[in-house]
Amino acid sequence: MAFAERSRLVEGVRAYGLIASMWLRSTMAYRASFVMTTLGNFAATGFDFVAIMLMFAHVDELGGYTLPEIALLYGASGTAFGLSDLVLGSMDRLGRRVRDGTLDTLLVRPVPVLAQVAADRFALRRLGRITQGLLVFGYALATLDIDWTPLRVAMVPLMLLTGAAIFGAVFVCGAAFQFFAQDAAEVQSSFTYGGNTLLQYPPTIFAKDLVRGVTFVVPLAFVNWLPALYVLGRDYPLALPEWVAFLPPVVAAVCWVIAGTAWRAGLRSYRSTGS
Amino acid sequence: MRLYAVVAAGGFRRYATYRIATAAGVFTNTVFGFILAYTYMALWDERPQLGGYDMSQALTYVWLGQALLATCAMMGGGFEDELMERIRTGDVAIDLYRPVDLQMWWLAGDLGRAAYQLMARGIAPMVLGALAFPLALPTSPGIWLAYLVSVTLGVVVSFAVRYLVALSAFWLMDGAGASQIAFLAGLFFSGMLLPLTLFPGLLGEVARALPWSALLQVPADVFLGKHTGWGLVEAFAFQGGWALALLLAGRLVQSVATRRVVVQGG
Repeated sequence: MAFAERSRLVEGVRAYGLIASMWLRSTMAYRASFVMTTLGNFAATGFDFVAIMLMFAHVDELGGYTLPEIALLYGASGTAFGLSDLVLGSMDRLGRRVRDGTLDTLLVRPVPVLAQVAADRFALRRLGRITQGLLVFGYALATLDIDWTPLRVAMVPLMLLTGAAIFGAVFVCGAAFQFFAQDAAEVQSSFTYGGNTLLQYPPTIFAKDLVRGVTFVVPLAFVNWLPALYVLGRDYPLALPEWVAFLPPVVAAVCWVIAGTAWRAGLRSYRSTGS
Repeated sequence: MRLYAVVAAGGFRRYATYRIATAAGVFTNTVFGFILAYTYMALWDERPQLGGYDMSQALTYVWLGQALLATCAMMGGGFEDELMERIRTGDVAIDLYRPVDLQMWWLAGDLGRAAYQLMARGIAPMVLGALAFPLALPTSPGIWLAYLVSVTLGVVVSFAVRYLVALSAFWLMDGAGASQIAFLAGLFFSGMLLPLTLFPGLLGEVARALPWSALLQVPADVFLGKHTGWGLVEAFAFQGGWALALLLAGRLVQSVATRRVVVQGG
């Protein structure tokens, strides 16, 4: 059983790699277009940060946080989101595939469906988003006067990777939801893009119930808020013990178990439109 | 005229068909409305009266933005993808033979689309926003009417810009790049990310003079009662002027395109 599971995982990753590299070759056929859309992606997300900088043209602090502190939150969330968007960003097309019946083609191939859906139209231009996130993150690390300890140093790469994993689970859950509500891709966006926007700001500016919601219900707070506030040495607005900041890997694992279950349930319930 | 009314009704009905998509859109607008509202509250806590708005006006601005995001198609979406596809495949040649004005035909459809989006994705998030936050809603029916006029003019400006973007497909074939630039400009210069009155110095002056401010900044200020009397006439003239100029530019580009560009045959 464990062996079968594992080989399916290996098979899925292999298939993902093959499909993604196919799309990569097709993108590289039009290099100018690739460069333009990558720059466009970079600018699109960059405008969010420009808006934050414009806010700081009027204030010195937002919710008690300075610009470099917010940049740390922004960069961590943006990079984590960018990574999972690069790998799984095509998942929101699932609803369309269910509607127009092209999902059927994927079902008959001897390759895990999740890998096929995720790798479909793999877009390297999404590197633009990651680059922008990393730049802001770098700016934050260079400007902030952080009291570095080995644990805090370790927290930095960990935060980006587990953050990406948590966002990835949300992408898969959203796609599973679209098996039932085929026309509701925007609901998925409000958790992915909306979650990313939320996490770019400090938790102190949001209502306590909202903070509780993204901590305990949809655990987005583990993407960057909890680990980044530990690095900054600041308190989380909810009274939580300090070790909670080290939970992101556990939370990511639990999220993926839920996402996998939801995905299987969705796939089992799928009925072709027959078109 | 009757023909265009039928086309507009068709545009309305076409979008009204996708009920789940509409509900999902309302959900998204509400989520983003909440997130933005809290960031604005933090900002106006620090600086009351920032940009000439008090806290409740700033919050109202957030929800107006959510209401007009789909209505004024600030992130694109609507007819332009379809028109670009028709240009790319050459189907547009058939459209040009039809005894209707190509630009007015698409405008009528887009006005129908906008009317539906305003009702469906404008009202519901606004109501939810008003329940959660203290919004500054106008009490005089005159302002509501002026707001509707301003939104309509904003939709026409948005249409005229997107029509030009779509026509670029005559030369570029793949309009993805042009669409992306228009989408970025629309989001940033409409005041969707932050009211244009908060943009500093020259950047602010330029942003307020560009056509995109007709999409959100001007209608929002009309709604908040910032333009009255002659000021209101000026605001309408600003929007109407851009609408006219951009529609004329569209006609000009269209005639150049149809005369000089060889349509790809199938």
